[in-house]
Amino acid sequence: MQIGVMSVSDITRDPTTGRTPTENERIRAEVAVAKKAEDIGLDVYAIGEHHNPPFFSSSPTTTLAYIAAQTKRLILSTSTTLITTNDPVKIAEDYAMLQHLADGRVDLTMGRGNTGPVYPWFGKDIRDGLSLAIENYALLRQLWDEEVVDWEGRHRTPLHGFTSTPRPLEGVPPFVWHGSIRTPQIAEQAAFYGDGFLHNNIFWPMDHTKRMVQLYRQRWEHHGHGRADTAIVGLGGQFFMRPNSQDAVNEFRPYFDEAPVYGHGPSMEDFTEQTPLTVGSPQQVLERTLSFRDDIGDYQRQLFLIDHAGLPLKTVLEQMDLLGEILPEMRRGFAEGRPEHVPDAPTHASRVLVARAEGRIPAEHAASADDVTGQSPYATEGSNR
Amino acid sequence: MSHIAVVTAGTSNPSSTQLLGERLGEAVTTALGEPVELRSVEIRTLAADLVNRQLTHVPSKALTEAFETLATAAGVIAVTPIWNASYSGLFKMFFDSLDEGVMARRPVLVAATGGTQRHSLAIDHALVPLFFYLKATVSPTSVFAATADWGDAESGLDTRIRRAAADFAELVRARPGQDAADEFADFVDFSELLHR
Repeated sequence: MQIGVMSVSDITRDPTTGRTPTENERIRAEVAVAKKAEDIGLDVYAIGEHHNPPFFSSSPTTTLAYIAAQTKRLILSTSTTLITTNDPVKIAEDYAMLQHLADGRVDLTMGRGNTGPVYPWFGKDIRDGLSLAIENYALLRQLWDEEVVDWEGRHRTPLHGFTSTPRPLEGVPPFVWHGSIRTPQIAEQAAFYGDGFLHNNIFWPMDHTKRMVQLYRQRWEHHGHGRADTAIVGLGGQFFMRPNSQDAVNEFRPYFDEAPVYGHGPSMEDFTEQTPLTVGSPQQVLERTLSFRDDIGDYQRQLFLIDHAGLPLKTVLEQMDLLGEILPEMRRGFAEGRPEHVPDAPTHASRVLVARAEGRIPAEHAASADDVTGQSPYATEGSNR
Repeated sequence: MSHIAVVTAGTSNPSSTQLLGERLGEAVTTALGEPVELRSVEIRTLAADLVNRQLTHVPSKALTEAFETLATAAGVIAVTPIWNASYSGLFKMFFDSLDEGVMARRPVLVAATGGTQRHSLAIDHALVPLFFYLKATVSPTSVFAATADWGDAESGLDTRIRRAAADFAELVRARPGQDAADEFADFVDFSELLHR
């Protein structure tokens, strides 16, 4: 089970002090959060992609590469990467580059984005959202799986004789998750490719998340990737905890009430009842998190949103200390009764082993560059999947 | 036959809008000539949930149940008070929050209440276009009840209710019993999706 944190990168005024951090402070704070994630033994750090204030994270691979240089174990991921408005060629290049620099500690989550104007700002039409997600992702796969790509489609200028560089590390591209709150076709896309499915699980009642995950699991089996309970599922979640649950409620309420997205809406009590938000003691957070399994089955990745709504860095780091304290028990809970055949989330190492076993890459990956003849290192076709 | 949803947007309790909804429900039962369940959706009780839903997208349990009531109904009786020449904001917010397609081809009997008869054309100018936009099958006869109608034997309100109920019942009976208003219903196999 991979447990980690995800950030939306909002720059929000701290309602208790009235102070808004600068962009630079928030960006530095985010690096501190990622390093702390590794320190307390978390597995994953993920950051979102936005192209409008109050968010700073327009360039996730830059941030993640900087974090990669300062960590050793942490898997770096996104929540999410915009498959609709980014050029899939640039995604193929950027994330392969990050994969090399991070020694394979990289995966990514595809999302369509929920800010309407981003589409026209990037020259796209929001009505093409799903079509863009499907075509762009098919191209991304091709760019990673095939050395030389000839491609024509609806949404991008054609490619002839194009090779995306650098090639994926050891010939094995990063594992991909697909994130969607309520679009069944995205669950179907994830299932079709045998990719992971991540539900943000923050704004919707659990019974809805459950239906989406069930659909993905059924379709995973339908597309021949194995039994439904072997599909790769990730969930979001959020909490605020203090040793004494009433302290957590009192301290978090002003942040909740003013938070972007759900602030000035439902009461914190209603929201915690209707969604997976837990505000309380570490024990309550532990129990609520472990209960997710009852609804969606044994799963592979749990990401928590903890660094938003204007919470100061000091508070966020305290939250992470508390998470670190319950982490061993959370891992034990997730492991309890988990059937042997339920896989872990794929990592670069596990994917290399599978690719070797299936003969898709050589037993020991040899560099294909030829610095004697000067021939293109990418000249041979089909060997580098 | 499945149930008939009676959606009313009266803000007071008791309310003449709700009363009109109840009277229409009874008349529709009679016109159908068979037992049918009437399920009442009082938007007033969902007001705060609707605002929260608009702001945060989080649907409350009560709201989810109300939407489900419409999504599986054989027909919908929709009644609003007329304010400033149109449906009330709360009434509109309820239908704005419904998932796309829920009202499509669903028979709807539109009705409204107002202070005086001078507001009655709001049905034709505001309510009918709204439900036409939502692709509902709008029943040809609507009912407007002015405050004075409730105490005036000459107002013909009972007759108008009966006539509207009869036309609506005909549409409900003619409608095939399918309820595909499900967000998972437009599911397409990926191989087909990829080649669209």
